[in-house]
Amino acid sequence: MNASTALPLLILASSLLPGLVIFFLPESSIRIRTALNLFGAVTKLVLVAVMARGVLHGVDYEARMRLLPDLDLVLRADALSLLFVSLSSVLWLLTTVYAIGYLENSPHRSRFFGFFSLCVTATVGVAMAGNLITFLLFYELLTLTTYPLIVHRGTEVARLAGRSYLRYTIAGGALLLVGVVWLSTLFDTLEFAPGGFMAGTEAASRPGTLIVIFALLIAGLGVKAALVPLHGWLPKAMVAPAPVSALLHAVAVVKAGAFGIVRVVYDVYGIEFAANLGVTQPLVMVAAATILYASVRALFQDDLKRRLAYSTVSQVSYITLGIAMVGPIATIGGIVHIVHQGLMKIALFFCAGNLAETLDIHKVSDMDGVAHRMPWTMGAFTVGAFGMIGVPPLAGFISKWYLGTGALAAEQGWIVLVLVASSVLNAAYFLPIVHAAWFKTPKGKWQDKRDRQRLETRWMLLLPPMATALLVLAVGLLANMPLSPLEWARLITMTEYGP
Amino acid sequence: MEALAATVSWDACLIVLPLLGAIACFAWPNAAKKLALGTALAVLVSIASLTIRVTAAGAFRHAVGAWGAPLGIELLVDGLSLVMLSATAIVGLAITIYSAGYFKADVSSRFWPLWLFLWASLNALFLSSDIFNLYVALELTGLAAVTLTALAGSADALTAAARYLLVSLLGSLTYLLGVALVYHGFGSVDMAVLAGRVESTPVFWAAFSLMFVGLALKTALFPFHFWLPPAHASAPAPVSAALSGLVIKASFYILMRLWFEIVPADYSTFTNFLGVLGAAAVVWGGLQALRAKRLKLLIAYSTIMQVGYLFLAFPLAVAAAWRGALYLILSHALAKSAMFLAAGNILYCAGHDRIESLDRIAQRLPMSLAAFAVAGVSIMGLPPSGGFIAKWLMVEAALKSGQWWWAVTLVLGSLFAAAYVFKVVGYAFTQAEAPHTSIDVPAAMEWAALALAVAAVLMGLIAPWILASMEIGRAFPGAAIP
Repeated sequence: MNASTALPLLILASSLLPGLVIFFLPESSIRIRTALNLFGAVTKLVLVAVMARGVLHGVDYEARMRLLPDLDLVLRADALSLLFVSLSSVLWLLTTVYAIGYLENSPHRSRFFGFFSLCVTATVGVAMAGNLITFLLFYELLTLTTYPLIVHRGTEVARLAGRSYLRYTIAGGALLLVGVVWLSTLFDTLEFAPGGFMAGTEAASRPGTLIVIFALLIAGLGVKAALVPLHGWLPKAMVAPAPVSALLHAVAVVKAGAFGIVRVVYDVYGIEFAANLGVTQPLVMVAAATILYASVRALFQDDLKRRLAYSTVSQVSYITLGIAMVGPIATIGGIVHIVHQGLMKIALFFCAGNLAETLDIHKVSDMDGVAHRMPWTMGAFTVGAFGMIGVPPLAGFISKWYLGTGALAAEQGWIVLVLVASSVLNAAYFLPIVHAAWFKTPKGKWQDKRDRQRLETRWMLLLPPMATALLVLAVGLLANMPLSPLEWARLITMTEYGP
Repeated sequence: MEALAATVSWDACLIVLPLLGAIACFAWPNAAKKLALGTALAVLVSIASLTIRVTAAGAFRHAVGAWGAPLGIELLVDGLSLVMLSATAIVGLAITIYSAGYFKADVSSRFWPLWLFLWASLNALFLSSDIFNLYVALELTGLAAVTLTALAGSADALTAAARYLLVSLLGSLTYLLGVALVYHGFGSVDMAVLAGRVESTPVFWAAFSLMFVGLALKTALFPFHFWLPPAHASAPAPVSAALSGLVIKASFYILMRLWFEIVPADYSTFTNFLGVLGAAAVVWGGLQALRAKRLKLLIAYSTIMQVGYLFLAFPLAVAAAWRGALYLILSHALAKSAMFLAAGNILYCAGHDRIESLDRIAQRLPMSLAAFAVAGVSIMGLPPSGGFIAKWLMVEAALKSGQWWWAVTLVLGSLFAAAYVFKVVGYAFTQAEAPHTSIDVPAAMEWAALALAVAAVLMGLIAPWILASMEIGRAFPGAAIP
């Protein structure tokens, strides 16, 4: 086994093995658990950096194992998978730090961190999957490993949310399975390839079947990507502990769904083939409807995490919108939003978690003046919220700019209207929060409790939102630097559309 | 190693060793645990050596005492029997380790001889090459299984065992009647001989119908399943594991052998009928499992559902479907025994297995709950488990042959399975406190369950190897030519 085979496996193992060990640790061995968690996260980050360097220098990373006589499990690093892998490993490190701080002294931490590590393993597997069956494997593994995290608190509400999550995702997984098996009966290969593997094959002349399969695949992936009307589980799942919400919304679950849609449209069907088949336009419509519907729903939520959850439903569909619009500029916008949405949303969830953990604030209506008590947290929140609205030069602006100009280039002007409406709605549900937090008089009881500590909350809770907010600013400001997410998205788009 | 593997009759060892072990356990009950463990390991060595030999030299027939068919007894070892024997050996070893902790002294002295006897008769069944020897082994398996069921001693268990005894006898006698008709009509009981002689005559179909009904009764195919849930739910946990994991597969194995080697041609009406029964079993078993109030009953109904899957292979009737069904037999053997062993741990610790009161006990036995959940991954058919490979192969066969409705049945079944598995697993995640009055479970019992469950999941990753082994000797139609 040489380095190019071993690296993808090591990246998986860097969270899988610590996770398995952590399960068997007694609750009291906090130090070993923390050490293992951080060791795994840092190791993964280093390995991913090595791999990114290698990919830039043209090294082909691939690990292959026979699953069935005519089917392989493949882990591979291409530009797109690297984008997702880097995102999840950076954010995993931050979320681990956050979770260690957040769950101090709560029960069942070995179980929590065990599944937490497995969850990231599954996400990284989804990112590096080189064909549909490998993708399916990790996609289902992701379902199984996030369920225990959602129901972690064990309350009745949490268990209901868990059941709802399973109903949606297991049914979605079943649809996806049927779609994948069906494809495997029609084509010799299931391997992701730029431009897809369909064009020019014999089975390509059966548009009806291929459209049905496309619908099956997108329905299966749309559950995790929370496309309306398959989004019902996501707002319920926000009862999970804040680090889990952060993971669910930014790194793992919804991202895996959106990422899968990108793979199916670009590397299975191929964008041109899909466009000729006539399946991309309905996808654009669904995405546009999701964006507007969820934004409107977000307006009326008083629970902060619920409002953020609806915001996720809306924002993740930007990715689908961009990649389904059939045009390189829009595609860049969609793909770069995988990273941008992740950074912004994780910052917002970290902040919401800080408010809940430090001041026991869960509702938007209780947030008046909270910025005086927690200026750093609310500063990060404000950056994230402005990013979501699309204020330049933050991350969200870059995404929206490319999506908008892409829509014009693809001669679909109405999408610009959708984007404008969505931004107005984003502003309508985020700005009141920001305004209340900074400018209204505090009315909460927490005011009295304030002591002269140096930090407004534990450093482990403060560092992650600050770091992610900084990243939101950085990826926007430095969008044109080499190695920025935008540059990666350009690189990916170039390979997909060909020279 | 290979020289040794060639000189010893490992196939005969597989029958003789457990028989000797049973006698030894009967004679020295105080040393029974050690004797049984020794026997289990010896059987494992034999099956490993046999695998080496068959992989190297291909399928073979072994005339016992140099008396060949049609007069003497011949043992047949091909890919099909090899995988069944291996699954039995692995599950058997886990059950043996588990039982060493499970049984109290008084029951223990009766359990060990019976269990090893059951093992011997299962091995004999998988090695038989003629339909009469199959009958003998089937009857012995049934009797041992019934007696083991009764070991629990409760009123429920005795009633269930009595009913199981009647069904078992009825099943094997019906089968025997079919065998007699075949012998009368075609003058042989050896399958290889019959394969050349059997014609599609009314006599044959009458005989086959009898054999089929007998075997379907013992396999618990819907609507012949009524005896299974009470028997499997009330037997001692390691016995339930053996019954659900191995014993019902024995009669299905015979059915497959007959179907592959003797039955002249496929009749789509009949195979579709089997498929419909299988689909009914999937739906009925799934619904009943969802409604079950007790854990072991839930697992028993899940078995009925999985048996339904097996019969879907008949209408699909291509090599891929048979590979899938075989893979399901193997992965289900591991996963289902893991589930029963895990349920046994819960019963052992809490003294009950009411599902609605599982939350407290789950705090005490996280490993057993984990074993149940991991085994559930295979039962649900999620990747990368053995159950997933089976489901993949069968769904693929259904779509390839244009019979999408069987694919729908398979997918529906896995949704049912997910519903009842998570109905149980959900109890691991509550705020309940661990109970104070519970009995500690020996670590070996928890590990045995978890090891089987993990094996069922990892089985999905060694599929090419197992699939290749299955096809040694072209054991089933459409298998790859070596």
